[in-house]
Formats: sequence, structure tokens, C-alpha cells
Amino acid sequence: MDVRLSADQQALRDAVAQAVDRLGPRTVADLDDPARADRLEAVVDGAGWRELRAAGGAAGGPLTSGVEAAIVAEELGRGLADVPFLGPTLAAELRRLTGAPPAPGPETVAFAPDLSGPACAVGGGLPAAVAVDAAGARQALALVASADGDRLATLAPGRAEPRLDLTRPTWASDPAAAPAPLAGAGALGDDALSRWTALGLALTCADLVGVMRGALSLACDYAAGRRQYDAPIGSFQAVQHLLADAFVAMEGSRSVALHAAWAVDALGAPEALSAAALAKAYCARAGRDVCEAVIQVHGGIGNTWDCLAHVYLRRALLSSDLFGGVGPNLGRVLAHHGIGGA
Amino acid sequence: MDFGDSPAERAFRLRLRGWLEEHNPGLPASSTDDEYWAGMARWHRELYDAGFFGMSWPTAIGGQGMESVYEAIADQELAAAGAPPRPSLGYLVWGILEHGSDDIQARLLPGIVNGRDRWCQGFSEPDAGSDLASLRTRADRDGDDYVITGHKVWTSYSDDAEWCLLLARTDHDVPKHQGISAFALAMDQPGVQRRPLRMINGITKEFGEVVFDGARVRAADMIGAPGEGWALAMTVVSHEREPGELGYVARYGKLVKELVARVRKEPGAYGPEQVRELAWAIVEADMLRLHVCRRLSDRLDGISHGPEGSVDKLLMTAVEQTVGHAALVVGGTGVDGGDDTWLKAYLYSRAQSVMGGTSQIQRNLVARRILGLPAA
Repeated sequence: MDVRLSADQQALRDAVAQAVDRLGPRTVADLDDPARADRLEAVVDGAGWRELRAAGGAAGGPLTSGVEAAIVAEELGRGLADVPFLGPTLAAELRRLTGAPPAPGPETVAFAPDLSGPACAVGGGLPAAVAVDAAGARQALALVASADGDRLATLAPGRAEPRLDLTRPTWASDPAAAPAPLAGAGALGDDALSRWTALGLALTCADLVGVMRGALSLACDYAAGRRQYDAPIGSFQAVQHLLADAFVAMEGSRSVALHAAWAVDALGAPEALSAAALAKAYCARAGRDVCEAVIQVHGGIGNTWDCLAHVYLRRALLSSDLFGGVGPNLGRVLAHHGIGGA
Repeated sequence: MDFGDSPAERAFRLRLRGWLEEHNPGLPASSTDDEYWAGMARWHRELYDAGFFGMSWPTAIGGQGMESVYEAIADQELAAAGAPPRPSLGYLVWGILEHGSDDIQARLLPGIVNGRDRWCQGFSEPDAGSDLASLRTRADRDGDDYVITGHKVWTSYSDDAEWCLLLARTDHDVPKHQGISAFALAMDQPGVQRRPLRMINGITKEFGEVVFDGARVRAADMIGAPGEGWALAMTVVSHEREPGELGYVARYGKLVKELVARVRKEPGAYGPEQVRELAWAIVEADMLRLHVCRRLSDRLDGISHGPEGSVDKLLMTAVEQTVGHAALVVGGTGVDGGDDTWLKAYLYSRAQSVMGGTSQIQRNLVARRILGLPAA
């Protein structure tokens, strides 16, 4: 057992951190600067970080383990990176797990409207679906139930808009358009679906840890500079304790998220899913608590559009809801312990 | 990055697992009755004699000089077997290793590690709780000895201990943090009066108070230099706040395992709110297990006596008190004439946010020393 990051993993983390620190949004206004976002997109695209889970590793496995993918997700979350990562990574994982050919262009994944799992068509029609992290995606992968397991299908793109999360736009599927079966792909068995879900949970946990770190850093800087009663508000014990609790919640989240990322490939599918669900329940609760505390520390300013605090909170809410937030994942944990129904 | 076992770690794990099948003493996971402490002393010696205690401490003091991650593996196996946790003594060991002379280390540490000597920690006083540095117990030089006068309270195991790691004021003319020295004081002497304190769950063995009236300690039994007591205290409490040092992962694992078994046995008897409290107990306890893996792995880069202990203490407190709530709602209070062990475990959990420095003190330390927030 040695859960320190390896030298290569540290180098990967530093490379992603450098990219987002240089080119990520530093203000809310930066989100409307397409030239900056394009430069970040070019760096992320060129680095190949979205292909870490594509086929190409040993024995048909992914190029890297879930840990590397989670390292990228965490740093992108910390920097509020407004470029796709989660969607294309999960799409690449689906293609690898089903032996499908590589995507012809940028693609993402479609979820059920409550985001708790992948969009899955039963009996021809797809009731409704939401493609997430969909900036620039030419299609979204969905599932179609069949007798021998779920099959992949593609959905034609809609207009991607920043709705909940201002850094990762979504689009709702056209209910009239049927999903097109994807040729050359096998069925997604139960174990593969569990592993894919485990990866999705682990990556959203990593994103939440990153968001918490970024939001806390914003709040600590603000608390050190903002003065009331002739003193920085960060010198008041009430504010200090709010931020200390937020930091502690982030540290606990980091420990479970790291384990979930490792478990994706290292444990059996049921254990990987349970580890990821446990991490997600913890990180989803912590993510909302921490971002709410960060808004509170910012006071009136934290309740204005131009303060980045709500951008972190919005990103945390999307990451929480994907693959289920607190409730569904507590249910998964209980089921793993032989207790049904949370 | 690997949470899995190396071949050597796997072999150690299986050896401990096999040993536990024969040697689990079946004690409760925490201090819910007075039998517990008597049993723990024997448990310490059995664990040590079988090679499963103090693995990561230096061989010179009776440890095995192994990597700290073996402590995490031991905790996981103790929890999985439903065995009692290992004794929580690491803070004493690290404090004396960091500040004691070679002579002090050689004389005192082997008995702590092998369980032959039992220790208590004479830090808090009636008027010096969170503000520990305002302590008033005095140590006055008299020939080759110091004479101790004062009053210590909330002292764990004071009734049974042979030795006390005592903080006392040796210099009254310097700022309060600088005038404190640390001693190893023998408890069995006329100037030491011990009184048990009854905790809120009714037990009397864990907690006590000690009045020193003319007790004597040799000057050679001062640990560190005169005035070094505060620094030693800070080393001790930084480790007293670490779940990896305390072995509490096994304690919470055992409690959660028993609560899960209750619900599985009779699922219809528990409503969704009770089951949700149990789910959080499972999540929190496992978080701590994984967090300890992280912290003990970090020790491969060298041990730190820094403020991270305050983060860990706050995490551990959340776990203990979440498990406590699950114990209360799943285990029940015994008001119907049944077993009140779970009520006692719940009541005991309230101490975790006070002992070893209150949660408010830990938050101050995190804010100031980790987040770098400005002083008031």
C-alpha cells in the first residue's frame, strides 16, 4: 500500500494545473471570452487527456488507470475549465467496453433527465435525454435495451447551452428523433455497466474535490482581504470555523475520491461500484456544503452573478447529480452491505 | 498510487487474520463498561507478544521498524474480525521519541510499547482546559528531585497507570508557554491522590483526577530540557489527534459491523430514517479507513508533527459522532428494559469533540496554520 501519487502522476497533475491556471476563467466575464476558451480547448485537445480511457493499453484495457483520469478531472474542476472532459472520457470508455470503433469526432454521453444514469431507450423510443458536457459534441451516446444487454446508439446534437453549470453546457434531446444504433459495437454487460458507472462516479467525485479546492481558495483570499470592523473578516473566529470545516470536508472527500479512482480498475466490478458510490455520497454532500459556505463568506458579493462563487456551486451541483447524488448512492452502499432500500 | 497490498503486506495481513481467529477476546469496541479497561491491558500484551503492536516504531524501543502502512492494515483486519482496537499509545511514544534523551527513551519506552507499564497523561487542570498553557501545577527543585503540587483532571486511565507524563510549571518568571517542563512521574507514592471520575455513560475506570501534594520526581526524569514542556505537549497532542495513531479505524469498523448485522437480521424493524443514519455511519467509517491509508502512506516521506492532526481529529470526530447517532437509533437506548450498551457507546461519542483539544480549538488551528487566515 502506497497511496502517494507517483512521479508521473504528479507530473500529469502539474501539467493540467498549469494549463487551467494559464487559460481557465479567472472571472465570470472570462466565461464569455471565446478566444481564451479556444486556447484552453487547443491545449486540452493536444495533450490527449480526453483519450486516457480509450483502448490502447495492455489486453485491450484503457491507456491509463482511473487514477490518471481522476487527476485530470480534479484539476479541471479546480480551475473551472470550460472545455469538455467528463463527457468525452465517458464516451470513450463506453466505446472501449463494447469494442466499438473510435468516435468519428467529438462526442459525449446522454443521461436520463434526472441525470442519475445513462439515457436508455426501451422498445424503440427514447423518452427524454440530456447530453452533458456537450460543448462541441457532434453526437451523444445513449443506450438501447436489447435481449442480450444494452447496445450503444447515437443521438444527433442539439444546441448546447450553459444551464445549470456555466462551464459545461448541456442539451436536451429531440423527443422525435430516434437513437441510431451504433454499428460494430457489442453489448454492454452488467459488469461493464457497473465499471462504467464506477468510472463516472469516480470522475465526478474528483471534479467535486477540485471544485471544493478552487472555491475554498477563492474564499480564503477574499476573507484575508475583505475588511469589516477595521479587521480582515478572515480574522473572525466565526468565519475561520466555517472555512476550517469546509477544508476538512474537502480533505475527507479527497481520501474517498482517490480510493474510488483506484478501485475502478483494481477491484472487482461490484466492489468498484460500491467504493465509488460511497465516495460519491460523501463528496456530493461535502461539495454542496463547501460551496454554500464559500458563498456565505463572500456575503452580499457572493450573491451576485459577477462573483465566481456561484460558478463553483453550479458546477458542484451538476457533478453531484450525475450518476445520482447523496440518496441513490447511499442506497448503493446499503445494498452492497445486504440492506435494501435507503 | 496503490491501495492494494504488496506481497509482504498481504502475508502480514493473512498472518494477523489467522491469529485473530484464535485470539479475539470479544471485548466491546469502546468504553461501555468497566471491564473494558482491564481487558484492554491484557489485549495489549497479547497483541504485542504476537508481533501485532507497535510495528512501525523503532526496534530499539521494542517496535519492529516497519512502514506505517502496516498499522493501517492491522486496523483493517481488527475491524473486519470485530476485534477490539489496538491500544492508543502512539502519541506518548512519539512525544518521548521526539523530546526525550537517549537515557529517557531507553528507560521508559520499552515498557510503554510492550504493555508492561501503563501510563496516563497529566495535562489538563480544572482551570487549564483549552488554555492548557495557563496550567498551575508546579514543580519546585529540591536537591536531585522536583516536588510537585497541583491538580490534574480529565486524566484518562489515572486510576490504573504506573506512570504519568506530567506537565508542570518550573519557571514562573517567563511567558506562560516557556515556563512548562515535562516529567515522567511514578504514580504509586504518598504525594499522589487519585480519584475516579464518572463519565456521562456511567463508567468510572477511564476518567480520573489526580491531586499532587508533595509528590516527588527525580530531575533525571524530566523529559526534554527545562521549559521544553510546551513543545513536547504540542508533539503529543498532534499525534493524539491522529486516527492512524489511535487505531480508531478498528473501533468504528467494529461498531458499524455490529449495527449492520442487527439491521440485516431484522430488516423490517428499522425505518428509512434509521437506515439512513446507518448508511452515513458506514460511509464515514470507511472514509476514515481510507484517509488513514493516505496519511500513513505520506509517512513514507517522513513523519510530520504538524497541524494536519487537527484536520484528522475533526474528521475522526465526525465519524465517532455519526457512528454514535447510528448506535442510538439502530441499537436503541435500552429504555424498554433491554441492553443499554448502545446508549453508552453513543454517550461516550460526545467526548470525542472535547478530548485531545476541542473541535473549536482544532478549527482555530486549521484556519490559522493550514489556511493561513489572519490572526484576530
